[in-house]
Amino acid sequence: MDPLEAIKVTFFQECEEQLSELESGLLAMEQGETDSETVNAVFRAVHSIKGGAGAFSLEPLVRFAHVFETTLDDVRGGKLAPDNNVVKVMLRAADVLADHVRAARDGGVVEEARSQALAAALEALNGEAPLAPVVSAELDDMPGLEFTPLTVSEDDGFGDDFGFTPLAAGIISLEPEGPALRTWTVLLRPKNALYAKANETGLLLRELKRLGDLQVSIDRSELPGLAEMDAEHAYLTWTILLTTDRSQSDIQDVFEFVDGDCDLSITAEDFAVSPAEIGVLGGDEPFDVMALIQQAQAEVQAAPAPVIMAQAFAGPASPPAPAPAPLAAAPAVSVSSPPPSPVAAAAAVAPDAAHGAAAQQATIRVDLDRVDRLIDLVGELVINQAMLAQRVTESGVPRSSNIAMGLDDLEHLTREIQDSVMAIRAQPVKSVFQRMPRLVREVAAMTGKQVRLVTEGEGTEVDKTVIERLTDPITHMIRNAIDHGLERPEVRVAAGKGPEGTVRLSAVHRSGRIVIEVSDDGKGIDRPRVRQIAIDKGLIEVDSNLSDEDVDNLIFMPGFSTASSVSDISGRGVGMDVVKRSIQGLGGRIAITSRPGQGSTFTLSLPLTLAVLDGMVVSVCDHTLVAPLTAIIESLQPKAQDVRAIGPDAYVIAIRDTYTPLIDVGAMLGYRTTPLDPTKGVALLVEGEGGARAALMVDAIQGQRQVVIKSLEANYRQVEGIAAATILGDGRVALILDVDNVVAARRREKARSDAKLATVG
Amino acid sequence: MTPVTPTSNGAVRELISFQIGAQEFCVDIMSVREIRGWTPATPLPRTPVFVRGVINLRGAVLPIVDLGSRLGLQMTEPTERHVIIVTRIEDQLVGLLVDAVCDIITVRDDQIQSTPDVASDLVQQFVKGILSMEGRMISLIYLERILPDREAEAA
Repeated sequence: MDPLEAIKVTFFQECEEQLSELESGLLAMEQGETDSETVNAVFRAVHSIKGGAGAFSLEPLVRFAHVFETTLDDVRGGKLAPDNNVVKVMLRAADVLADHVRAARDGGVVEEARSQALAAALEALNGEAPLAPVVSAELDDMPGLEFTPLTVSEDDGFGDDFGFTPLAAGIISLEPEGPALRTWTVLLRPKNALYAKANETGLLLRELKRLGDLQVSIDRSELPGLAEMDAEHAYLTWTILLTTDRSQSDIQDVFEFVDGDCDLSITAEDFAVSPAEIGVLGGDEPFDVMALIQQAQAEVQAAPAPVIMAQAFAGPASPPAPAPAPLAAAPAVSVSSPPPSPVAAAAAVAPDAAHGAAAQQATIRVDLDRVDRLIDLVGELVINQAMLAQRVTESGVPRSSNIAMGLDDLEHLTREIQDSVMAIRAQPVKSVFQRMPRLVREVAAMTGKQVRLVTEGEGTEVDKTVIERLTDPITHMIRNAIDHGLERPEVRVAAGKGPEGTVRLSAVHRSGRIVIEVSDDGKGIDRPRVRQIAIDKGLIEVDSNLSDEDVDNLIFMPGFSTASSVSDISGRGVGMDVVKRSIQGLGGRIAITSRPGQGSTFTLSLPLTLAVLDGMVVSVCDHTLVAPLTAIIESLQPKAQDVRAIGPDAYVIAIRDTYTPLIDVGAMLGYRTTPLDPTKGVALLVEGEGGARAALMVDAIQGQRQVVIKSLEANYRQVEGIAAATILGDGRVALILDVDNVVAARRREKARSDAKLATVG
Repeated sequence: MTPVTPTSNGAVRELISFQIGAQEFCVDIMSVREIRGWTPATPLPRTPVFVRGVINLRGAVLPIVDLGSRLGLQMTEPTERHVIIVTRIEDQLVGLLVDAVCDIITVRDDQIQSTPDVASDLVQQFVKGILSMEGRMISLIYLERILPDREAEAA
């Protein structure tokens, strides 16, 4: 990957982070947290995306981000009150911005109409906004002035780039005889840190140039002789006279990324710092850093140092890396006093910077492959440690000996290393939860329902592999909750509830698993209807006697869909059975509780990782097998009278008056030819795909253990009836049963024999 | 053994030769990862008889093929003196169970004779060529055909 591409990849990664910042900030604003810290965080997110996108010339993204930013700037400046309506538009704009980012990354195109509609909506917000004192002094002098936002195409070299600058246009119209040009004096004195972060005064000056006419002078009085010069020290001070129609905050924005890394003062001409003590150089000429350096070079005749200087100051050849501005922001921000008239931005800067510093978290990006390799190695270490311990025990070393005690310590350490390594892969479910507000907005809009999403426990951590596979089931359940669970506003009101329905999404750790709940306060499951549908579809008998819980669980049956009309949202031919299967594929379980008129709750319980599995270690004909604990409902020792033969070679077992097929695991896997006497073994009652139950006969249970999952396919191939392998404490390989497959295998055999009969008959 | 030098008739290659029963076979040394003693394997259900099961190779699950059984000779009764040759076949590691490893031999490609047209299909299938070495006949194993064919098994 060439360096630019690499920077671009980083940029998009940061975009994702900024987008989630943006979304959570907007959601906080929706909750009424409209303090400047939140608003600034939101503004910063959009601004950073725009800034980075500009560096990569991602025009559509820049255009949209710019409109968004302008609106946010109004909010930040107190010109636009962030009421519910405004925030709602902004949330939708955040969705479109996210689409733009993804389109730019993956080379797609965002639906132009949608993008424009929202851009227009954002502009409308700007337009509606009462123009609070922008340039207060002047406004106060002109009472009763009418503001007509014009689309002035002032040639400021900026409006052309971005299409429009509604705010600027609004101000311009204040001045009947032309743009309100003001002259600002910008005193810029970079600190060492500015250059160390690969910022560049030349680029800042170029940015300023886009705002208006520049007169740049440089104070090089501090520049020492070359002999004393420290190549990494900042010696220069620029004084810039900027004539522009833009506000002070626009000028301030240019320096957003070097905030704290330079002394900066921006003053209107009237307050201008006298340039008397500043050595003026190059007066009207456009700034030319190279010329300056050459001059410095000429003054002190020496060789190597200027080269370094020249490199440090070299022109705008390399694009600026998307600077991590919020993180890098140092608390010290010097805004000159006395502050000139418009101070909206300046006031917000200090707490802003402090916030940035507080939120700073030391993180590194690591290639996932490396982490996986580490996890593999630690898995082997754990096995090795267990083998060693077993060998030592076998060799008859007493438990109290130094060796045995040392091994105990080693075991603790190994476990701790394993936990820590697993924690590296663990990620908060936030990344999944964050996608849901958008989904809720879209589904709510489609169904015409009013929905509020409440999320809890976003910080709950779970393995990355689990996270990746959580999105689809949760998405589906939330769609279901809104589409089938919540009522329309008028129905809700009639039922004595508020018009707005609530969908609650929560995550919590419970006994080594993560429990995720999706609940709604809707109408609950319509049991008579569910029952009727199940009968109509032939899923249950007309006269079957089902408890409420049984009826609720019917929705997990394959081929069940309660929506009377197959809607666009949740009726895509996949039902809750698919959700259930994917959850079970993750080694999880799903349950539902529902109360008529009060809503339903879906509860998912999942393992924290897919790399290890809680298993029941069992013996079958001298072989050791592992059965996933999640599939096992209970284990029991069959009594002779409970086991009944049915047909020539099939058996069922009566468990609390329900006959469940009995499967002899040893015979099924070909370990033995004579069936096991059921009364001499242990039956594991398991539930396979689609809720099919079976009792698996094994010889004995050895115990319960957490095992590291090893793939069989890596060096061999899939084996029917076996999900994977693991390595036990004695170093031998044990096979993990594929319960779904074992339960289903019985049916396949039946189908085969049926087919045989058919051909014979 | 006379030193072998590359000629226009073919590149030099090194082979590892091993014994199964009274016969001698060899594979290219480049495909051999390691040689280790026999450890009991965990049998896999529903697999051909020549797949003896899987063993733990430092954390990886390694299938063991009884090469004698695969070639249609007798099933091996493994003891501690039997040897597993860990080979890389395409992107998988496979252990070959053999009686003993004999030698490392260096040959030129032109010394490898084509397989004589004998009746056994198994010979035709698994023997790539044979070579004569100091009066011994050594069969070069067609490694890629050792593992059971996926498609054929699935059908």
